[in-house]
Amino acid sequence: MKSSVIIFPGSNCDRDMDVALKKFGFENQMVWHNDAEIPKSDLIVLPGGFSYGDYLRCGSIAGKSRIIKSVIDFANSGGLVLGICNGFQILTETGLLPGILQQNKYLNFICKNVFVKIKNKENKYFKKIKKEVLELHIAHNEGNYFCSKNELKSIEDNGQIAVTYCDHKGNDDDKNNPNGALKNIAGIFNKDKNILGMMPHPERMIDPFLSGEDGSLFFENLIESL
Amino acid sequence: MVDVNEKIAIEHGLKSDEYKKICDLLKRTPNITELGIFSAMWNEHCSYKSSRRHLKKLHTKGEQVIQGPGENAGIVDIEDDDAIVFKIESHNHPSFIEPYQGAATGVGGIMRDVFTMGARPIANLNSIHFGSPDHEKTRNLLRGVVKGIGGYGNCIGVPTIAGQTCFDESYNGNILVNAMTLGLVNKNKIFYSKAAGINKPVIYVGSKTGRDGIHGASMASAIFDDKIEEKKPTVQVGDPFTEKLLLEACLELMAGKSIISIQDMGAAGLTSSSIEMASKGDLGIEIDLTKVPCREENMTPYEIMLSESQERMLIVLEEGKENEAKKIFDKWNLDFAVIGKTTNSKNIELFFKNKKVAEIPIDFLAENAPMYDRKWIKAKLPKENKFSKDRFKSLKLSDCLMKVLIDPNIADKEWIWDQYDHTVMGDTIQKPGGNAGVVRVHGTNKAVAASVDSSATYCYAHPLTGGKQVVCESWRNMISVGAKPIAITNCLNFGNPEKEKNMGEFVECVEGIAEASKYLNYPVVSGNVSFYNETKDKGIKPTPSIGGIGLLSNYNKMMTMEFKDEGNYLFVIGKTEGHLDQSIFARNILTEFNGPPPEVNLFNEKQNGNSILNLKNKNLIETCHDVSLGGILTAISKMGIKSGKGIKLFPLEGLVNKFEYFFGEDQGRYIIEIKPENLENVENMLKKESIHFDKLGLVEGDKITYENDLKLSIDDIKEGYKKWLKEYMVN
Repeated sequence: MKSSVIIFPGSNCDRDMDVALKKFGFENQMVWHNDAEIPKSDLIVLPGGFSYGDYLRCGSIAGKSRIIKSVIDFANSGGLVLGICNGFQILTETGLLPGILQQNKYLNFICKNVFVKIKNKENKYFKKIKKEVLELHIAHNEGNYFCSKNELKSIEDNGQIAVTYCDHKGNDDDKNNPNGALKNIAGIFNKDKNILGMMPHPERMIDPFLSGEDGSLFFENLIESL
Repeated sequence: MVDVNEKIAIEHGLKSDEYKKICDLLKRTPNITELGIFSAMWNEHCSYKSSRRHLKKLHTKGEQVIQGPGENAGIVDIEDDDAIVFKIESHNHPSFIEPYQGAATGVGGIMRDVFTMGARPIANLNSIHFGSPDHEKTRNLLRGVVKGIGGYGNCIGVPTIAGQTCFDESYNGNILVNAMTLGLVNKNKIFYSKAAGINKPVIYVGSKTGRDGIHGASMASAIFDDKIEEKKPTVQVGDPFTEKLLLEACLELMAGKSIISIQDMGAAGLTSSSIEMASKGDLGIEIDLTKVPCREENMTPYEIMLSESQERMLIVLEEGKENEAKKIFDKWNLDFAVIGKTTNSKNIELFFKNKKVAEIPIDFLAENAPMYDRKWIKAKLPKENKFSKDRFKSLKLSDCLMKVLIDPNIADKEWIWDQYDHTVMGDTIQKPGGNAGVVRVHGTNKAVAASVDSSATYCYAHPLTGGKQVVCESWRNMISVGAKPIAITNCLNFGNPEKEKNMGEFVECVEGIAEASKYLNYPVVSGNVSFYNETKDKGIKPTPSIGGIGLLSNYNKMMTMEFKDEGNYLFVIGKTEGHLDQSIFARNILTEFNGPPPEVNLFNEKQNGNSILNLKNKNLIETCHDVSLGGILTAISKMGIKSGKGIKLFPLEGLVNKFEYFFGEDQGRYIIEIKPENLENVENMLKKESIHFDKLGLVEGDKITYENDLKLSIDDIKEGYKKWLKEYMVN
């Protein structure tokens, strides 16, 4: 399986993602933002970081970068596109995913382990994961998901909510919402479920010495499902 | 152009005799640009004129040392071809004036010091000191500093893995922000600032030069007064995004062979970087200031030379490599300009619009900078307090423990480190809040531990003991995670050196640091000095911050402070005399502020530490935590809180005062957890090595209990411990 990680100026989780993808068997390549084309891939990843300094608005400049046209074409033809953290913000800026990511409710950067509940397993990203609740890690200042009422209805009707913040038992209520996200949304799909954007970082949870290992389940499933 | 005279020189922070010396050396009156350069190079911050004489006493050598003090950062060997580049630096004055930018650029500056040597930064740490929590400025300063540190480090993508936060009213008017960075480098690919060869192109890369930060270094060499807010324009403004690009571009260029020397533009900007490179290479340097990329219009040579705009580097390249280098900086969208060349004149010569605007022999600025032997007084060891039994009569162990755990200097700091990305780079295997932060050396079985410590209360009570103590505490933090202590970096924060008492504090702290680091083979390889932390005649307590690093050859052997299993034994390693003077208990519960700090016995320190590492190597201990502020009871409470497991303490033997035993801050001690099946082995080993130990108790249940005197649930003490700072910050 071939994957491509796009490097924007200011990306800083590109290496971590490269390490994780290779660990679970992907043949990964790094692609520079200023390239016109993406080499043949089964999966494209937009990594976390502060693309273009996140100036103007998180992910907005990256959403207009040269490489993005190829990403959009790839996604529209059904290819798998995964955006983590800043990558999620970029995906909303391109319009590939609905909604936006606002500043965290308490206005602070948050770096900690969180639990997320898998809301939809009918897709390649979560299909074979046996657990219902994963322990992942967040590190962001703008992860407070928001969209219009109409958008929310359509997201819910189409099963586009991927993961929600919750406690270890899976209660995704207000008490377990670290950043104020609408409906505790931590990650969403597009209608066809080939695009996933999420704030938590599975690539930081891939061995027992790190914050945890549930990230491994994510990548194991991904390579198996493809 | 302004005519220079003594008055203008004094406005630049120079003393009249220093100005006279400049005129004598030049055999003429300097012009304004030259005066600016002298003032920048001769101020305390750049010249170390009050401290140099004493810094020579520091122990700086050892088999593990590749580069000691005097370069951008220190470098130590960590086996194979790997080396760690590290340094701590202060950004106190700017952070008080503008906390966000001051702290942010402190982090940016120290990271540049590290990557300019060819290393990729792998961890950030910090030590921050604020005034009393009741002081009107404290909350906002704390908020701004934490946001600044996070804002910069998080954006670059370097984890902030450990730190220290203290509160004391002596910092009401002068907070301390000390930032530390560790970088990883191949020891055959280190870059230095020493220029070599003549007619080599001098390259400017990074951000454009603006008017920000002009005279920042001079501001950092002065005491504060009522008009301090007016100095805001001297605070630099940071752009972490540009720094990230600069980091990647420099490392890309460094992979090739075109760099002769490289130096970041830190304090005193283009002035100090160009002079340092030339001075170390025993060369001259010629710069055409017209070619310096400027952000603002009509900047004068004076402003260009003294700007402290951030994210800039100066590079001396091999001839003919300019295009190759430019391609890399173009790729990263950074400014790149050939602005001059090295010469054999041994002078710095500046040109602007085809006119020579300054010419100064480099010697005058570096070697001939003033050096003072300031007067100082030796501190006496204060008399010990004798606490009568009556003073403890009405006290309850449980109340005391709760009170100690919510002391601002003990209480949990999660509110702070949750705002720092501490997991990016995927190698953080011990997060903030433990004995030390630990990061793996990417792709190997090795890991590096790091921590920052200070003990201003002890240093204030007796500087010599305090200096020793803080080195020992750093050493214990390394041991506690199972790392072999390797070396330290020190950030020496003091008051006004022109006052004999403050100078004495400095001299004796340095002597204490020197003695301990020599005895423990824990050399000082880098650091900086920050004097004049004083506002309206009130100086801070002497605060040397020690950043230590240690090596774990195999990170599978790392120790943490969480209890592992019910029924395991807890030992205290090291002797407990019950020293309460200067302890949290004495200050917080007995409201007693006098007396000597705990004694430091270097022999025991070394023995105890080495025996812990021996025990760990034989897999005989499960958990380790050093005993520091708040004594034994605080240490085990924190261990219980982290693991959610309780402790049953054994009855104390003999006529020991339980408050002294449980809250005393004697040095050289650790708590270890031992499985029952290893008990005999451990006891035998400790006896054989003549290490003092006490059997303290068992890991048991979900409460902390001692006889009938103490019974608190771990959940309750956790709540108190965790909530103080969070509540303080929302109020």
